[in-house]
Amino acid sequence: MTILEPIDAYPTQRIAGYPVRAGRSLPFGATRVPGGVNFSVFSNHATSVTLVLYREGEPEPMAELPFPESFRVGSVYAMTVFGLDVERLEYGYRVDGPRRPWQGHRFDPDTVLSDPYARMLTGHGPYRHRSRVTLDDFDWEDDRPPRLPHEDLVIYELHVRGFTRHPSSGVSAPGTYAGLVEKIPYLRELGVNCVELMPVFEFDETDNVFTGVNYWGYSPIGFFAPKASYAATGRDHMQVDEFKHLVKELHRAGIEVLLDVVFNHTAEGDERGPTISFKGLDNATYYMLTADGHYYNFSGTGNTLNCNHPVVRGFVLDCLRYWAAECHVDGFRFDLAAILGRGADGELLHNPPLLESLAYDPILRDRKLIAEAWDAAGLYQVGSFPHYSRWSEWNGRYRDTVRRYVKGDLGVTGELATRMVGSPDMYSRRGAAATVNFVTSHDGFTLRDLVSYDHKHNEANGEGNGDGDDANNSWNCGHEGETDDPAVLALRARQQRNALLLLLASRGVPMLLAGDEIGRTQLGNNNAYCHDGPLTWLDWGLRERNADLFRFTRRAIAFRRAHPVLRGGSPGSVHWHGVRAWSPDWAAHSRVVAALFDGGGNDCVYVAANSHWESHTLELPAAPRGQTWHLFADTAAAPPMDAFEPGSEPPLANQSQLSIGPRSIAILVTH
Amino acid sequence: MSFKMKMSVEGDTATIRLAGELDGSSAPDLNDLVSQAVGRQVGKLVLLLDELTYMSSAGVRCLIFAHQKLPRGSEITLVGTKPEVAETIRLTGFDRSIVMQ
Repeated sequence: MTILEPIDAYPTQRIAGYPVRAGRSLPFGATRVPGGVNFSVFSNHATSVTLVLYREGEPEPMAELPFPESFRVGSVYAMTVFGLDVERLEYGYRVDGPRRPWQGHRFDPDTVLSDPYARMLTGHGPYRHRSRVTLDDFDWEDDRPPRLPHEDLVIYELHVRGFTRHPSSGVSAPGTYAGLVEKIPYLRELGVNCVELMPVFEFDETDNVFTGVNYWGYSPIGFFAPKASYAATGRDHMQVDEFKHLVKELHRAGIEVLLDVVFNHTAEGDERGPTISFKGLDNATYYMLTADGHYYNFSGTGNTLNCNHPVVRGFVLDCLRYWAAECHVDGFRFDLAAILGRGADGELLHNPPLLESLAYDPILRDRKLIAEAWDAAGLYQVGSFPHYSRWSEWNGRYRDTVRRYVKGDLGVTGELATRMVGSPDMYSRRGAAATVNFVTSHDGFTLRDLVSYDHKHNEANGEGNGDGDDANNSWNCGHEGETDDPAVLALRARQQRNALLLLLASRGVPMLLAGDEIGRTQLGNNNAYCHDGPLTWLDWGLRERNADLFRFTRRAIAFRRAHPVLRGGSPGSVHWHGVRAWSPDWAAHSRVVAALFDGGGNDCVYVAANSHWESHTLELPAAPRGQTWHLFADTAAAPPMDAFEPGSEPPLANQSQLSIGPRSIAILVTH
Repeated sequence: MSFKMKMSVEGDTATIRLAGELDGSSAPDLNDLVSQAVGRQVGKLVLLLDELTYMSSAGVRCLIFAHQKLPRGSEITLVGTKPEVAETIRLTGFDRSIVMQ
């Protein structure tokens, strides 16, 4: 039997020696079709577009194919090229048009541009921005997302390279997606059920004027392209497969995958920045520009993507749909998401179409959407981000409150209580899943540094210590930086346990920074975006050296898993206590508060917090339902008595009183 | 070195010997051969790779193609795979569906 190829599998003409035909406008990007590759690219203001083809690694193009006028539909140029060996093909576009920056047009036909829809970029070497075509037929087998209820997540924020790049990691492919696969047993042991990967979109790790290193990668170049140098197989152009393999293996272990995505700006910067893609394709469409063609800068990095323009909106949607549908990613954390609610002039939109589209998108329906609800221009929308009952938020107020409380500030006990029960002042309608609670993240001090430094120490960043946040709410426990003083070290250890325990006993979604569970330090650097070395790589030797902290964290996570009442529940299931039972003291000078979370049965938890430097004796409420109080954790106790295995907590000898040590947290549970 | 392949079927086992470079231009030929093996309802596919000097991503994908075309429970065995090829297969997770000797 002969199967006839569809008619569009045949060329109609030749351009630059290649058989071609008018392509399909959608989808954008380079798509394999029978016999060829369909190239489709958008520009509103171009006067001509040329497809540039290279043999892999060659400096000069093997062909340049101008799009005939008949291949343009609206502002979309599309052409199918036949007979290409996609495995050895690199491509880009040359786009001509007006060069009138004061009107926003920066066309430059001398530059070969990346395809913004490219699934792969070369990623390294002198031609690092060239686009490549993928063969996507990865074997997903029966992969299914874990689909964990949002409030049940324990998020673990990590940097793909930094997590296993240190020689102590012991993995076969350090610093890669494949290396991370080898650490899945560690994540399982710790008990986290969701990893949030810091940016994995292709970026330029050298685009930093101060140290020459961009380690974090919050300057995307290829939004559809997983970073090639994070793949051990990147040199064979297998990074997409290696990334998908990581997702598949994490899912197999019951762990969800969130991506930290950056749609507020790009690596192209302002007038001084390079032309890589959008700037040369259609600057006036893709970027927010002032009336005289300058770049608005709400991102603090030079430019701001014009993300509520319908075309750019489509781009963001296409991108997230790709990662969700083709790469099985479970959700996204949006960097500086407040910008996504701004219009073309930076004005705040009442009903931002991009945020609305994402909230109601059919493909993204089950995916987590988490906003970093502020931007670099001072817009702070924590609690007021346009959520459409769908979006969660990084709760910056949770971070600040817990830090201030643990540090011993006065006047925060009342607010701590509000933060511990899911910040109902901000999220009562949306429920506990709306608040992503955290004390530390990649941005700022690690937990160990939070209790070891009063001030940031960013001298190595090359900006005269002027970069990074000054408002850290940190306390060095009596000595700035590294010390051998056992008293200081013991207090720091306890302060770390205090922060972790409050975080894991609060309603909402907890997020841990990778390494905090084993005391990772950046030596006081609170903005280590520009260091790719031992300062930022996770030293796995800490796993043994700080085994006590690891065990404590593991038990606190397991305890949370055992007690649904800590993850959500009605406001009526929480009762407040103080030094006297049923009498919380909300006065500004009060440093003691206790919460009783009662979910019924054995799901009853009493959390007592004391940030005073003296111990207190608390009168205990009677354990409900005729049960007795058992001690799960007491951060004042020396390890390993600081936390017990959930389910085998020892009974409390005195059922009517609890002595709580200086600067410590205790948790009781009923049996 | 140009690509060569040869298949022999004995009982329910198809053995394919590959030599040279398996890349985007030669992969479709191997896919055809795998399809033939599927048509003859084999339960085991053995690929002799000791003379294969290079396998590109398209070549790796032939393994997935074979895995998906053969009946469930069939076994695919790679024999004599050169280390760099074996490493790529492992890092991208394709080794899950096959046996490497």
